[in-house]
Amino acid sequence: MSLPPQLAELVEDFSDVGPKDRLQLLLELSQELPELPERYAHAADTMEQVHECQSPLFLAVEVAPDDAVHLFFSAPREAPTTRGFASIMHTGLDGEPAAEVLAIPDDFYTALGLAQAVSPLRLRGMAAMLARIKNQVRSATAA
Amino acid sequence: MALPNNTDPKLAEYAHPERLVTTEWLAQNLGADGLVVVESDEDVLLYDTGHIPGAVKVDWHTELNDPVTRDYVDGQGFAELCGERGISRDTTVVFYGDRNNWWATYALWVFSLFGHPDVRILDGGRAKWVAEGREMTTDQTKPSPVEYPVVERDDATIRAFKDEVLAHLGLVGRGGALVDVRSPGEYSGELLHMPDYPQEGAVRGGHIPGAASVPWARAAAEDATFKPRSDLEAIYLQEQGLTADDDVVAYCRIGERSSHTWFVLTHLLGFGRVRNYDGSWTEWGNSVRVPIVQGSERGSA
Repeated sequence: MSLPPQLAELVEDFSDVGPKDRLQLLLELSQELPELPERYAHAADTMEQVHECQSPLFLAVEVAPDDAVHLFFSAPREAPTTRGFASIMHTGLDGEPAAEVLAIPDDFYTALGLAQAVSPLRLRGMAAMLARIKNQVRSATAA
Repeated sequence: MALPNNTDPKLAEYAHPERLVTTEWLAQNLGADGLVVVESDEDVLLYDTGHIPGAVKVDWHTELNDPVTRDYVDGQGFAELCGERGISRDTTVVFYGDRNNWWATYALWVFSLFGHPDVRILDGGRAKWVAEGREMTTDQTKPSPVEYPVVERDDATIRAFKDEVLAHLGLVGRGGALVDVRSPGEYSGELLHMPDYPQEGAVRGGHIPGAASVPWARAAAEDATFKPRSDLEAIYLQEQGLTADDDVVAYCRIGERSSHTWFVLTHLLGFGRVRNYDGSWTEWGNSVRVPIVQGSERGSA
């Protein structure tokens, strides 16, 4: 599987521990999700909603002139699981070249081993997040 | 020993006030012998960000469902679940959770399948407790394990299966009723899934013939408490024409929103026979040759 280094490291962290500790890891990640920068803070309508997540999640994708992808997420405090998923994406993908992001296997999240701890149904939100990020990267780089 | 009932005047109006407690009652009784507080949320991590001191977590998705078959845990599994959390058969269990106690009432309903005697809901749930600035903690609760008996699940009294719902269609309007608690768009068939929950889809949209449309959250007030009894009667009795003698089946998409309505009809309005059809629309809307009505009229079979 070809994963960007930060994402590969995260996958390793998750798969090295048992289901209970995976939840703890996800909780810590949810607390590390960066705040939205000023330009998005009052512009939620310019962000894309990920309807597949069980709680409101908005994302924005920017591709810098040097081809690096930057991700921005907004999810409420009362939705730590959704924030955790977003944080995995941010930690694993932010700053990576567009081509690397597009090359991530769509089912990479199964390697995190979270299905048992959070249930497969909930994990679908993460798959949807990646699909929407890739779509935005594609349209930004096609232009 | 069961704990004393809450004597709050709003609760006293309900048919079974012993099924609810106020935040004030819970604050005063926290730590009492014979009481276990259970948090049950939609979000599997929310409890871990902070919970009512001493509360234990029960996750509906990973702990109340059978991991393989689409069904609930069996008597053995339920006994282990309770025993690990320090719940014995005579424990008073108070449930609370996020989203107007949506998942808390679901957990209570599953506990009721096993006939756990003393189950109660914290009126207003997690939102009201937090809004009142009451104590929350991230300290781990470490309950001492106890013995819980293996009780056979009763699937006949408060649970309905597809064939029973089919048989029920002829009773609608003749002492029987169906209540669809989903959103109006799901009821009419415009939406094949709940807004924002596309993974719980169905291949056909619409509702079960004859079903009244009463979205579940109409029973909840702004502060996540249940509406007062008179408001609930205005919705279910006056507006929808249900009566407490009706044989009622409630459903939604997978049976969780309808457990909220099951709780309201059974414990707050005192209906004698209410069953939750947990197969709900993800079963009915994917089944071959069952009758379906589209549009906003109830229709008939």
